[in-house]
Amino acid sequence: MAREKIMEVRDLSISFKTTSGILNAIRGVDMDLYRGETVAIVGESGSGKSVTAKAMMGILASNAIVNSGSVKFTYDNKGVSKTVDILKMKKSDIRREINGQHIAMVFQDPMTSLDPTMTIGKQITESMIWHYKTPKKEAEEKAIELLSLVGITEPEKRIKNYPHQLSGGMRQRVVIAIAMACDPDLLICDEPTTALDVTIQARILELIKDIQYKKNISVIYITHDLGVVAKVADYVDVMYAGKLVEKGTIDEIFYEPHHPYTWGLLSAMPDLDTRDERLYTIPGSPPNMMKPIPGDAFAPRNQYALNIDNRLDPPMFKLTDTHYAATWLLDERAPKFDMPPEIAARIARMKKEENHDDQ
Amino acid sequence: MTTNEPLLKVENLKQYFRINRKYTVKAVNGVSFEIYPGETYGLVGESGSGKTTIGRSIIRLYDPTAGKITFDGMDISGKMDKPTFQKLHCNMQMIFQDPMASLNPRKKVEQIIAQGIDINKMYSSPAQRKEMVVKMLEEVGLDPDHATRYPHQFSGGQRQRIGIARALIMNPKLVIADECISALDVSIQAQVVNLMKDIQDKTHCAYLFIAHDLSMVKYISDRIGVLHLGHMVETGSREEIFDNPIHPYTKSLLSAIPSPNPRMEKRRKYMTYDYYESGIDYEAGTEHNVGGTHMVLATDEEFEKWTK
Repeated sequence: MAREKIMEVRDLSISFKTTSGILNAIRGVDMDLYRGETVAIVGESGSGKSVTAKAMMGILASNAIVNSGSVKFTYDNKGVSKTVDILKMKKSDIRREINGQHIAMVFQDPMTSLDPTMTIGKQITESMIWHYKTPKKEAEEKAIELLSLVGITEPEKRIKNYPHQLSGGMRQRVVIAIAMACDPDLLICDEPTTALDVTIQARILELIKDIQYKKNISVIYITHDLGVVAKVADYVDVMYAGKLVEKGTIDEIFYEPHHPYTWGLLSAMPDLDTRDERLYTIPGSPPNMMKPIPGDAFAPRNQYALNIDNRLDPPMFKLTDTHYAATWLLDERAPKFDMPPEIAARIARMKKEENHDDQ
Repeated sequence: MTTNEPLLKVENLKQYFRINRKYTVKAVNGVSFEIYPGETYGLVGESGSGKTTIGRSIIRLYDPTAGKITFDGMDISGKMDKPTFQKLHCNMQMIFQDPMASLNPRKKVEQIIAQGIDINKMYSSPAQRKEMVVKMLEEVGLDPDHATRYPHQFSGGQRQRIGIARALIMNPKLVIADECISALDVSIQAQVVNLMKDIQDKTHCAYLFIAHDLSMVKYISDRIGVLHLGHMVETGSREEIFDNPIHPYTKSLLSAIPSPNPRMEKRRKYMTYDYYESGIDYEAGTEHNVGGTHMVLATDEEFEKWTK
């Protein structure tokens, strides 16, 4: 089956005007997304994950400056396929045609993203009535259907509840129901489970996966939890300091990582078999994005950095058709090196675990 | 480890909150456990299971409804006289969940860290106070120059370090760490956990580590207690809990841990556990010893069924 591209981000660069100067949050990001697939964007806080997602939805803060780039979104407009550049659209047009209707977002904190003065039924039907002029009765029926889809028992009664009457996990389900109300083509989940605990996290992730499968929509996850990524993603984009440093399929990123930053991220999270006395940490802290960064932004924290890293930013080296990494270590002139032993041992262990599981 | 006296002994702790005349929330309902000097005890459970309440009852931010808490030979559950109170606050400290909200934004770092020693007059001269603060800052990996800054000038990880410095300057015997890494990034979490381990090696303080992230709890804890709906459903050493979980709730909790291994993760099935449908009554259960320090809350029939 031919893959249908629904989102194409090219050379995206965004800055923010702040009191202490210009902050370069995104410095050239390319990304593709196809229908029915899941992409996870991982990185530390401040790496520009959320800004990228907001740019895709056209909801950047008012002090943002788009330096260059395009976000091409293809959607079905009354039976005709239509492609628009979200960055060039007027805010009111985005509001009317895209947000909620074709791209919907699930926010991090279910405690603050719901309106405390409206019943949840009203919040779910709001976008249907606004976008499709659905009669109120019909919208309410659909809201009940959605609530049972996200696994809320007795939806007929719940629809009259206010957000404070629900628990954290229930509220996040309501947020997902709101996002699904207009049958979007693309769902962006910004740290959907960070505020929830593990048992509820597992249920919410399975729920999103289930809905994705039923409605054939694309999902972008923004997270720093690699356990979540492992569970849901088809493709992974690793971001650092406003740039993609490595992208590939989930297997390529977890079993054959090539960028030193990805190594660091993978080994910083203890798996259940970590027996070492100390956890691996990435030394140092992220760079100050107010200043121009010469060369590779990760070089000061990278123990494998080469001389050239301090002068020139590495391009994306192609490893396979789907796997790219931006590190000079992949250049043919670079000295030969091996993956750090900890991470190699860990990957071996993961592969062994898997074989063990097969038996 | 079990030969010496426990540092903290909690027996049948109950903490109720009366909402109105008809309705009382039983947040903690008969929990018992012990913490020995120099060990790390992990408390896990979902939100609403009473983990945080236990921590706050122990350090007496709440007045326990019933039960007995013995800390370092002192009874700290009822009304305390002034010296006991002071001793409690010097020897037991807390690190809070949210590093953004738990530091006073109007105080400088030096004032925040020195507050405990100011109140208890633990220095003889201003120079010594300064020295203590600087030493503490260095110990948690911050620069001595940071003492004159305000909390908003720091990142999340640095702020959590300030929180740790504030707790440790009193040289406590027990530190209650209430979800102290949940609000941080993965790479920063690792830094803070390493720091906590280093400090424990140096000062031999005990930790009560409250968290819902089981992989981190497994990594840091010597012994673990699993809480659900205010009851301690299972407790034991790290190996006992992870290698041989008995209680269905513990099993479902363990099955929910996301593993950073995509091929396994995609196949993993989450075991659901619903208290109301399972037919288990925590009130009816008693503690059964599985072996060693491993205890599980069950009735006799349930215990037989689960251990078969």
